[in-house]
Amino acid sequence: MKFGVIIFPGSNCDRDCYHVVDQVMGQPVDFIWHGADSVDGYDGIILPGGFSYGDYLRTGAIARFSPVMGAVEKAAAAGKTVIGICNGFQILTEAGMLPGVLRRNESLQFICKFLHLKVEHNESAFTNACSPGQVLRVPIAHGEGNYYADPEVLAGMEENGQILFRYCEADGTVSAAANPNGSLENIAGICNREGNVMGMMPHPERSSEEILTSADGRFVFESILRHFKMRNCECGAAHATCKIKTAKCGVR
Amino acid sequence: MIEPKVYREMGLNDAEYEQIVEILGRHPNYTEVGMYAVMWSEHCGYKYSRPVLKLFPTSGPRVLQGPGENAGAVDVGDGMAVVMKIESHNHPSAVEPYQGAATGVGGIIRDIFTMGARPIAGLNSLRFGELGDARTRYLFGGVVSGIAGYGNCIGVPTVAGEIYFDDCYEGNPLVNAMCLGLVDSDKIARASASGAGNPVMYVGARTGRDGIHGATFASVELSEESEERRSAVQVGDPFTEKLLVEATLEALATGYIVGIQDMGAAGLTCSTTEMAAKGDSGMEVEISLVPRREDGMSAYEVMLSESQERMLLVAAEGREDEVKAIFDKWGLNAVVIGKLTDDGIVRVYDNGELVAEVPAKSLAEDTPVYCMDARVPDYVEQVRCLNKDELPQVEDFESVLELLLRRHNVASKECVYEQYDHMVQVNTAVLPGSDAAVLRLKGTGRGLAVTTDCNSRYCYLDPYTGGAIAVAEAARSVVCSGAEPAAVTDCLNFGNPEKPEIFWQFRQAVEGISEACRTFGVPVISGNVSFYNESHGTAIYPTPVIGMLGIMEDIERRCTSFFKKDGDAVVLLGFNGPGLDGSEYLKAVHGLVAGCPVIDLDKEKRLQACCLEAIRSGLLASAHDVAEGGLAVALAESCFNTDGSHGVSVELSSDGLRLDDALFGEAQSRILVSLDSSKLDSLIKLAAGHDVPLMVIGTVAGSSLTVDLDGSRVMDMKIAKLESAWRGAIEEALA
Repeated sequence: MKFGVIIFPGSNCDRDCYHVVDQVMGQPVDFIWHGADSVDGYDGIILPGGFSYGDYLRTGAIARFSPVMGAVEKAAAAGKTVIGICNGFQILTEAGMLPGVLRRNESLQFICKFLHLKVEHNESAFTNACSPGQVLRVPIAHGEGNYYADPEVLAGMEENGQILFRYCEADGTVSAAANPNGSLENIAGICNREGNVMGMMPHPERSSEEILTSADGRFVFESILRHFKMRNCECGAAHATCKIKTAKCGVR
Repeated sequence: MIEPKVYREMGLNDAEYEQIVEILGRHPNYTEVGMYAVMWSEHCGYKYSRPVLKLFPTSGPRVLQGPGENAGAVDVGDGMAVVMKIESHNHPSAVEPYQGAATGVGGIIRDIFTMGARPIAGLNSLRFGELGDARTRYLFGGVVSGIAGYGNCIGVPTVAGEIYFDDCYEGNPLVNAMCLGLVDSDKIARASASGAGNPVMYVGARTGRDGIHGATFASVELSEESEERRSAVQVGDPFTEKLLVEATLEALATGYIVGIQDMGAAGLTCSTTEMAAKGDSGMEVEISLVPRREDGMSAYEVMLSESQERMLLVAAEGREDEVKAIFDKWGLNAVVIGKLTDDGIVRVYDNGELVAEVPAKSLAEDTPVYCMDARVPDYVEQVRCLNKDELPQVEDFESVLELLLRRHNVASKECVYEQYDHMVQVNTAVLPGSDAAVLRLKGTGRGLAVTTDCNSRYCYLDPYTGGAIAVAEAARSVVCSGAEPAAVTDCLNFGNPEKPEIFWQFRQAVEGISEACRTFGVPVISGNVSFYNESHGTAIYPTPVIGMLGIMEDIERRCTSFFKKDGDAVVLLGFNGPGLDGSEYLKAVHGLVAGCPVIDLDKEKRLQACCLEAIRSGLLASAHDVAEGGLAVALAESCFNTDGSHGVSVELSSDGLRLDDALFGEAQSRILVSLDSSKLDSLIKLAAGHDVPLMVIGTVAGSSLTVDLDGSRVMDMKIAKLESAWRGAIEEALA
């Protein structure tokens, strides 16, 4: 599965995402400059964390106008996998590719720490390697991660299974105490209705190796790979669950 | 001719002015006086400190670059070098805490990538008055936000640091920022310009009126008027600096850059004269070509501006377009503003008119140097006598422990470091909160341990011993993480050196640091001096902050300070002894800052060698430096594991010490370790081989801290209660 990691001016997790795709997942990966007008040839596009355009004006508000974003939207419409992490998530909401907005943390402070995420379900392209309700230990590092969506939008997302991760306690309890930033319903990560565009505030790339004190973030990358293999297996089905379920499809 | 009043206000004395006249063979003009004033200020020219700094040992087998460049560099193996430096930004932070601290971070990061190194970690050392004071809370909040604002945006993790609170810093807080970078050993860039005809390029942000005479501002005491010097404080733009990092590293990789220097203190004046002087060159620049942020700036203002995020570089002749293309790609200015010459003179033109003509070396190297008088301050004799027999005995040790854990000098700094991105770049293998941060060196199996350290109360009581202890404690922290100390960078914060008592403190501290560095075989590779840290005529405690780098051969053997599992044996490794002098306990409970801290460097060296071997052999589960608050605090802190806290039960004997000393004394050269009890015999044998004493004092168990002293129970406290006191104390003070 060939990945592209977009570099916006001010991206600072671009090299980290590249490292994980390349060194940990062993997949081909290139950097893509924000001025590029095409992302053809990539199966997965990562919008990394950082402070694109200094986060001046509003997080992600300027980056969404980068030339490359038109190509990213096209790729998404064609069913390619798009992942926005942290600032990448903010850019995707600004671009209207994901519902909702990310406001300043309730504390009005930047927060960097490890915490726990509850995997809502494992029927998505981004969670299929997890067990339902699995708790992942993954860090956050942001000042604007306070997710909000209108009640009707939220209801639709719940209905469609678009909520993928919620902040929780170590035992999986989703509580106010486990909510680091005031996010609505403890939401930490979501996907679009079609299930191929995902945004999350926590950083799976910072927790994909034991040496970084947690390798739980790998479940996200492994899910993406699995989904890709399933999509491209002989069954030809463009959905999360492979119908063949044989060794041939390279998944199970 | 310039009026004496004018040059004196810029910081030059009459003799220095005469010297300039002699060098030039004429009276200098206004711009030239300004240039000499900044370059000859203590901040840029080290005119008071230079003779003393020669005492530092600066060489060693790993040293690739010692003091004298933008930063020092050491070989860390596999053809890689770590570049590091620490620098102060005290006065700017005192008047404008957010921007002062932010630009302190920006400045030190620039020093690192100017060497061609990618910045990989930031650290800091901060000192404030007590948090009960409203202005201190404002300064504290501003400084922390400033560090976070800049460091987080630029993507350099802030991995470690220290914060101390004492009334002596109330009027003059300290903000010292340190940065480490990584570069291929054979690709270290230098701030030296040679090759007549080579183009001089200005790159980065535009020049404005901010920060004019910042270096001079750093070289006077703070006063009521300091508030009026807000214009001497620069304003930072971390986004631009992030672009500058990437563009500069990309440009350096082309091999078309001959020399490079960042514009920090003294801006264009410093970068033009220093680069020319180092390369035995001259330089001509046309400042009307300098990109400006505002109109109508005089030559003086352009040459003295300390606007941030700017660099001066010398490209190979004919390659300027390739270099410019890289900066264009990153949306940054890159303008050829002049060229190198071979006559050693820096000539500054403004629209064709010659506005300054000065020999480069006269500014950059021939700074007047003063051998200052040193005198033992009167307070010393008084504070050193501590009659311990007169101290009232304390009955309730439990309350004392809780009090100490709540002391802001001891309490968890979590609410601060959670505001810093300490994980970006995915190298942080030991998170903040342990003795030193540990970073992996990707692809090598090795790691780095880094820390900053200084107990300034010890330095106040005895600057020589305090300086030595700062080095010993920094090295001990690095050793407790499993790394071998490899290099030091120092930030020497003192009062006004023109006062003989202050100069004595300074010289003593440098001598103490030097002796410790020599004993441990760790060279000083870079550093910074910050004088004039006084307000209303009162100096801060002498505060020589030590930044220490350690190298870990096998990162899988890294160690943290936290107890790991029930049943592990708890051992006090090292040299027990009296340690109430200068202790946090003495200050907190008895209101005293008194006594004579002591350290035996040979014992310390043996202890560190022993602990390091124990960690490398896989014997230890945890290792924690016994420091402020003594053994009792070290025990409690070792229980506060973020992966799940533990309890501990210990039995101690006072062994001739006062009971409070046995619990809270800060005798040096002690490390609290825990290990699987099956490995105890090996540790005992190892310690004997190093001639290091040890005491098996207890076991990791339960959810309480229990201490029996001379057979009677003196503490039995729930860890949860202690931990919440320790974790919450600073946040409570800010609420």
